[in-house]
Amino acid sequence: MPEQPEQPVRDALTETLADQVAEKLADVHGPYFGQFGGRYVPEALIAALDELEAEFRKAQGDPGFAAELSRLHRDYTGRPSPLTEVPRFAAHIAGPGDDGAAPVRVFLKREDLNHTGSHKINNVLGQALLVKRMGKTRVIAETGAGQHGVATATAAALLGLECVVYMGEEDTRRQALNVARMELLGATVVPVTVGTRTLKDAINEALRDWVTNVDHTHYLLGTVTGPHPFPEMVREFHRIIGEEAREQMLERVGRLPDVVAACVGGGSNALGLFNAFLDDDGVALYGFEAGGEGIESGRHAARFSGGAPGVLHGARSYLLQDDDGQTRPSHSVSAGLDYPSVGPAHSWLHDIGRAAYEPVTDAEAMEAFQLLCRTEGIIPAIESAHALAGVLRVGRRIVEDGGSDQVLLVNLSGRGDKDVATAARWFGLLDGDATEGDQ
Amino acid sequence: MSTATTSRTAARLDELAGTGRAALVGYLPVGFPDVARSVEAVTTMVDAGVDVVEIGVPYTDPVMDGPVIQRAAEAALAAGARVRDVLTVVEAVAEHSGGTVPALVMSYYNPVLRYGVEAFARDLAAAGGAGMITPDLIPDEAAEWSAAADELGLDKVYLVAPSSTAERLHLTARASRGFVYAASTMGVTGTRESVGLAAEELVTATRSAGADHVCVGLGVSTGEQAAEVGRYADGVIVGSALVRTLLSDDPWTDRLDALGRVTGELAAGVARARTTGGDS
Ligand SMILES: Cc1ncc(COP(=O)(O)O)c(C=O)c1O
Repeated sequence: MPEQPEQPVRDALTETLADQVAEKLADVHGPYFGQFGGRYVPEALIAALDELEAEFRKAQGDPGFAAELSRLHRDYTGRPSPLTEVPRFAAHIAGPGDDGAAPVRVFLKREDLNHTGSHKINNVLGQALLVKRMGKTRVIAETGAGQHGVATATAAALLGLECVVYMGEEDTRRQALNVARMELLGATVVPVTVGTRTLKDAINEALRDWVTNVDHTHYLLGTVTGPHPFPEMVREFHRIIGEEAREQMLERVGRLPDVVAACVGGGSNALGLFNAFLDDDGVALYGFEAGGEGIESGRHAARFSGGAPGVLHGARSYLLQDDDGQTRPSHSVSAGLDYPSVGPAHSWLHDIGRAAYEPVTDAEAMEAFQLLCRTEGIIPAIESAHALAGVLRVGRRIVEDGGSDQVLLVNLSGRGDKDVATAARWFGLLDGDATEGDQ
Repeated sequence: MSTATTSRTAARLDELAGTGRAALVGYLPVGFPDVARSVEAVTTMVDAGVDVVEIGVPYTDPVMDGPVIQRAAEAALAAGARVRDVLTVVEAVAEHSGGTVPALVMSYYNPVLRYGVEAFARDLAAAGGAGMITPDLIPDEAAEWSAAADELGLDKVYLVAPSSTAERLHLTARASRGFVYAASTMGVTGTRESVGLAAEELVTATRSAGADHVCVGLGVSTGEQAAEVGRYADGVIVGSALVRTLLSDDPWTDRLDALGRVTGELAAGVARARTTGGDS
């Protein structure tokens, strides 16, 4: 087993538990996760956040809401998403031992098979139903990779809501296909041309829109970041990932996995999966953030390795920032992980030592991307490829330490259709296009 | 606001009220186009009739600001503006005005958090600053800042908005010192055709909630609007309309002239507000 700090962890953990008066880590609720979270937003938004929280709490206690969401999960999204064992991929961690058995088995939670191609739809459908209940008619969203924008545009079409998606100009180029998808679905995509022209600036624009139009507009935030109640609410809408996976693992291998891993942008797919295992001490949790061109290069999105606690977009959390508290731009081959902060619950899990966070470079991610394509016939999202690379690393560490009979569960948060152009460029598959990847 | 008497800003507002008018509160960011010239701009604004100054700390993610202030902040950061430069401008205002013009810092929270909340409060007080306006820090999250400000007698200016409930107005009025900043409309900073009716209602509601002083900001850009708001508010806050005069490509001295001219028009608007309007 990979080592985790033993004693201090339990102390911090007990303290937090006492603070939060929560029975279980999985049920800790906002506004604070340890010292992280909160509502660092203009007063103008507080009424809307209060209204949203009240509606969310009401929905949580309403079996009708749960039933409607379940029906959409099943009939529209295609849940439960399958659990797929990937032995040919796992063989690249370590071949079979003397007894012929593989020392490490790897299972993928197939969120890529959801309608719209990623886990993002889980949260979007939940929030869209709340929007209907609140009587609002317009939703706005930020998007980086375009997956959350596509999911929001989809739900808006399904439920008859007006939809505006803010997207950094840089990302509209990187993810042109998803821009077209959103427009086909009837959404308006607004390219953001201020600041770094990526996800963080798209969020700034969405917040400005929200402050102005909050009486009829809901900001359908796409991950477990932002002001309370978003971090908790979005986790709740994604906890189905972990709940299904837990049951599927028990059914398939008769026990819990030893390692649970996911990529961490804002952190929604990771938290959704982790949540079901937070209170199982024997399960090691790993989050993989974008190491970009390497931590030493300064061009990365590794908030835990290269950032420090601060406030951005409404929450206190780990953050890429300079000595003046100015946000430092993030970099990643994956638009969905290219964000300078991270959900406050992850900062809390990091500080209490319940989950470990490691950076994965662009090059490592792309290698794992190709490996999954060629060994299993599954083209992953580049975001998810970070988790695959991470699990190769953790798996090899386990084997080096003499571990055997280990079960590793990875969240395959999305499919790679949107990334085909990026990957083709990376691997030099396009005519006369020198690759940026093989440096 | 039981401690209002200790606030220099509140004292200034009272003094002006005694002469029958509201205060003109002018905003400019530090470091645009560079630190030295931002000092010139602020002192120009003071000479042209601003009663209280607000000095903005440029920030990479100014979610409460519209395009004009965003552009100035971006340029200031590109030119190398630092958080500590705001103290230089605060000092310059104190010196230039002989301490008669209170200087408030307007900052998003993270630059202050990173500087160290206590350290920032201490350095701000030492520079002769009056306090701080915090657009993304609500009283609920402000324990650390509030304690530091109380210790040093600094103003804590929080915002209220047309969407604020009565309960939030009470909470904010109680937590504020100096004045409460009433956002005239739902939205971000920028110039607007008119200042809505919501602003006056909000001022009334904020006073009923216990605030002794309420200033109105967001969207005021002309002398006429200043006169309208100056009838009922303790202060008229202007930002984008002033910053805009500095954003042109004209020679710097021409831009300062334009800044002085616009400030003068706004000051005249505030001055006539309660004489022509027949309001209290
Ligand atoms: C497929 C996929 N995985 C992961 C992410 C990262 O988001 P989060 O960390 O919230 O799961 C994204 C974001 O766009 C995504 O599209």
